[in-house]
Amino acid sequence: MPKTPEGPVDRRGFLKGAAVSAASLVPQVGPVRQAPAQDHEHQAVPSDIALRVKALESLLVEKGMVDRAALDAVVDTYETKIGPRNGARVVARAWVDPAFKKRLLASGTPAIAELGYGGAQGELMVVLENTPKVHNLVVCTLCSCYPWPVLGLPPIWYKSAPYRSRAVIDPRGVLREFGLDLPEDVEVRVWDSTADLRYLVLPERPAGTENMSEDALAALVTRDSMVGVAKVMAPAAGGRA
Amino acid sequence: MNSVHDMGGMHGMGPIEYDRNEPVFHEPWEGRAWALVRTMGRWGRPRTRNFRYELELIPAADYLRMSYYERFISLMVDRLLRANLVTCTELQSGRPDAGSINPTPAPPPDPRGGPPREEVSVKPRFKVGQDVRARNIHPLGHTRLPRYVRGRRGTIMRDHGPFAFQDTDVNGDPLTRTPQHVYTVRFNARELWGEPTRSRDSVCVDLWDDHLERA
Repeated sequence: MPKTPEGPVDRRGFLKGAAVSAASLVPQVGPVRQAPAQDHEHQAVPSDIALRVKALESLLVEKGMVDRAALDAVVDTYETKIGPRNGARVVARAWVDPAFKKRLLASGTPAIAELGYGGAQGELMVVLENTPKVHNLVVCTLCSCYPWPVLGLPPIWYKSAPYRSRAVIDPRGVLREFGLDLPEDVEVRVWDSTADLRYLVLPERPAGTENMSEDALAALVTRDSMVGVAKVMAPAAGGRA
Repeated sequence: MNSVHDMGGMHGMGPIEYDRNEPVFHEPWEGRAWALVRTMGRWGRPRTRNFRYELELIPAADYLRMSYYERFISLMVDRLLRANLVTCTELQSGRPDAGSINPTPAPPPDPRGGPPREEVSVKPRFKVGQDVRARNIHPLGHTRLPRYVRGRRGTIMRDHGPFAFQDTDVNGDPLTRTPQHVYTVRFNARELWGEPTRSRDSVCVDLWDDHLERA
């Protein structure tokens, strides 16, 4: 039996150390997360981490610790069922149904459950209404907390150091990087998800959408607008947002 | 602990990398890694340590270098090795060692699953509208009190009721098992960041009773 090595050395050994498998034939590509252009170049050759995760999955399946069909189901759920289209339906409903909006702002979780959404990381939802005077922005500085049932898994930028570090100290600068320059008289409120509450921004309904159906409105609502880094724009023909 | 995971207010992390057409998983291995993390449950998981604290214990330089899913996989591998559920040769080959016996039985479900809000009656220490100060503490264990609010004055904006306290000692054990109220505390941006900041803006942080003292 090989001696069991100690903590972080194992971790490093597994993630970037020299493997004796086919992985050793693949050149190290450095950090997995590269600029998009570089990512593309590297996709031709499986990265070291890809081979290692594949080996880990095979091993755990063979050991009977995990079921491959269960893994497939998780991937499918997060790729096709849980995502920002769910949150967009919540927002559109709030725009067309004032009674629903009132329930949603008073107590997020049960109102969101009316549309069939809930579960892990959505147990305690708080909905924040953007108005012409108050703009809400959500971050998790300590981790990557995010309301999965309504927004899905977080995008890279939300989980990464630049956003997590600057959203609280320079929210207006961060918003400008997203293309949103807020007037001086708008109050910016940043919400740091440090506890078990999860936040969803209810963006402003854009002008010129008065005659649109709930479904058509939902199609306008973006993930970014529900995190608070963007506004919802009216369709190009429908006037300015 | 004051490690690099506590990023609020730091400079030097570069521009925000925005990918307009970002897929859920950038490469298939990310999806498989995520599914493993969601499916493996408590296999090899230490009895008390919480997942967030384990992430924070990743050495700072590694933490910054790793992607989200790499950190998760790193933790999982670490746990499995420590619990002697897998060996290094198995991780490299992707196959059980000759003569190894499959581990049984499956571990019990996570006792901390489900909503963390506690259905108990606990008196709040603070009232909505009250001014409070975040404690100036620097614990070595896990804490939900970010560095950038410590010692700063804020106002209780909402009381969310009693929750299990998530802060731990250095071993990852809860500091208290008695539930306590969680509040959204609103800090004026100028109180946190000084003069050039707009006094109109604010940062709202969710904190437990033990993070706060009277202002």
